[in-house]
Amino acid sequence: MNTELGKTPLIEVMNLTKKFHDLKALDDISVKIYEGDVVFVIGPSGSGKSTFLRCLNRLEESTGGKILFEGIDITDEKCDIDLHRQKMGMVFQQFNLFPHMTILKNLTIGPQKLQNKTKEAAEAEAMRLLERVGLADRAQAYPSQLSGGQKQRIAIVRALCMKPDVMLFDEPTSALDPEMVGEVLAVMRDLAEEKMTMVVVTHEMGFAKEVATRVIFMADGKIMEENEPGQFFEHPESERLKNFLSKVL
Amino acid sequence: MFEKLMNSFLHNFIEEERWKYIADGLFVTLQVTFFAVILGIFLGFLVAMVRSTYDKTGKLKLLNFFCNLYLTVIRGTPVVVQLLITYFVIFGSVNIDKVLVAVIAFGFNSGAYVAEIIRGGIMSVDQGQFEAGRSLGFSYFRTMIYIILPQALKNVLPALANEFIVLLKETSVAGYIALQDLTKGGDIIRSRTYDAFMPLIAVAVIYLLMVMLFNYFVKQLERRLRNSEH
Ligand SMILES: Nc1ncnc2c1ncn2[C@@H]1O[C@H](COP(=O)(O)OP(=O)(O)O)[C@@H](O)[C@H]1O
Ligand SMILES: [Mg+2]
Repeated sequence: MNTELGKTPLIEVMNLTKKFHDLKALDDISVKIYEGDVVFVIGPSGSGKSTFLRCLNRLEESTGGKILFEGIDITDEKCDIDLHRQKMGMVFQQFNLFPHMTILKNLTIGPQKLQNKTKEAAEAEAMRLLERVGLADRAQAYPSQLSGGQKQRIAIVRALCMKPDVMLFDEPTSALDPEMVGEVLAVMRDLAEEKMTMVVVTHEMGFAKEVATRVIFMADGKIMEENEPGQFFEHPESERLKNFLSKVL
Repeated sequence: MFEKLMNSFLHNFIEEERWKYIADGLFVTLQVTFFAVILGIFLGFLVAMVRSTYDKTGKLKLLNFFCNLYLTVIRGTPVVVQLLITYFVIFGSVNIDKVLVAVIAFGFNSGAYVAEIIRGGIMSVDQGQFEAGRSLGFSYFRTMIYIILPQALKNVLPALANEFIVLLKETSVAGYIALQDLTKGGDIIRSRTYDAFMPLIAVAVIYLLMVMLFNYFVKQLERRLRNSEH
């Protein structure tokens, strides 16, 4: 773990709150995420996990608190969020590939239009990453021609093509048929081994145990417990977490 | 019987080169429709962008208000009244080509319907597409251009094509401002020959053929779009 004193966190969330009208979806959340951390967020449905993740890149606007990303407060109206988002890759439950573009175009449109890469450079990088996830032969296919597991691997590669400093995953395997979960987790495991900083919302407890450097338990919009995975799963402290783990393990 | 029809044909179209009323009128109708369609797409596109930006982000409140006003007025009044107001009120004191007046009136009319079609198309694109674009780092505007609009337009292409068929037929009221379009051309022949059947049926057949031809293209287009999954 990189949580030693003195190092500045990559992401520092300070007293984050998010209200939907009267509902407090996030209630005073504070977390520090350091470079190389693989933070898993678990908790019952409706506890605010997605909202938390989406606030990190401001797909959802927070109602209170601050988020420092690489030292800059990105909740500040004046910051150019489009610039910071390029450094935060996001992977969605529903993949959200662009259906009107080939796989290759899905992967290169960001680097080409946002980072001024040449077509050749963007495509070379995309092909290199496609090779790594075993999908180089599908470069010219359209998303509708792929299986769910393939789509999600492409979605991960699309985010990676932007060379992000952190990757956010919102239940990346929840929409997949069981036999396709493994191939997506394998890609994520590789990323973790390469020390990519990751924040992962998931229900895959076994995977969390194996890959996480830290696990956070959320309920009712609050962080109830936070620990390294061994302690978290073997010796949960709060009743809520014990109860939750007894149901999902 | 045949001879009677033949005589009527000669009388209505060949004598005094009366067919020219039809030909010139057809040209005017096509001209008005073509340019009104272009104006309509342009306006409709702008209005749709303003309206859906407001729906999605709450921005452009004032512009959205004016767009709503435009849509309400255009869709709540008859096109003939709009045409008459454009000619006699808005351009009443200036000497202006009637074709241009018709293009403006029908273009603004069509724009309102096109706007709602395109806006429907934008709203029909999954919100996840928008979020994927934004999360890569694309601005709202560039997400629209690269990701949302291509999908939206594909969804509404048949509906847009239909709108143009409607417009082609609607221009037949251009005679209200004494513009000699296809309909007016047929009517002029009728008033000269005192024969209603031949010229009016001819006009109807020409409209019908144009609409059928266009419909055929729309059907082809729909089929091609259905077959290509992406
Ligand atoms: N756009 C929204 N509008 C209103 N309420 C929302 C919205 N998104 C989420 N919520 C509510 O916020 C709470 C947290 O939701 P979410 O973050 O999606 O939970 P989780 O991902 O842990 O299942 C839920 O009660 C949910 O109903
Ligand atoms: Mg969720």
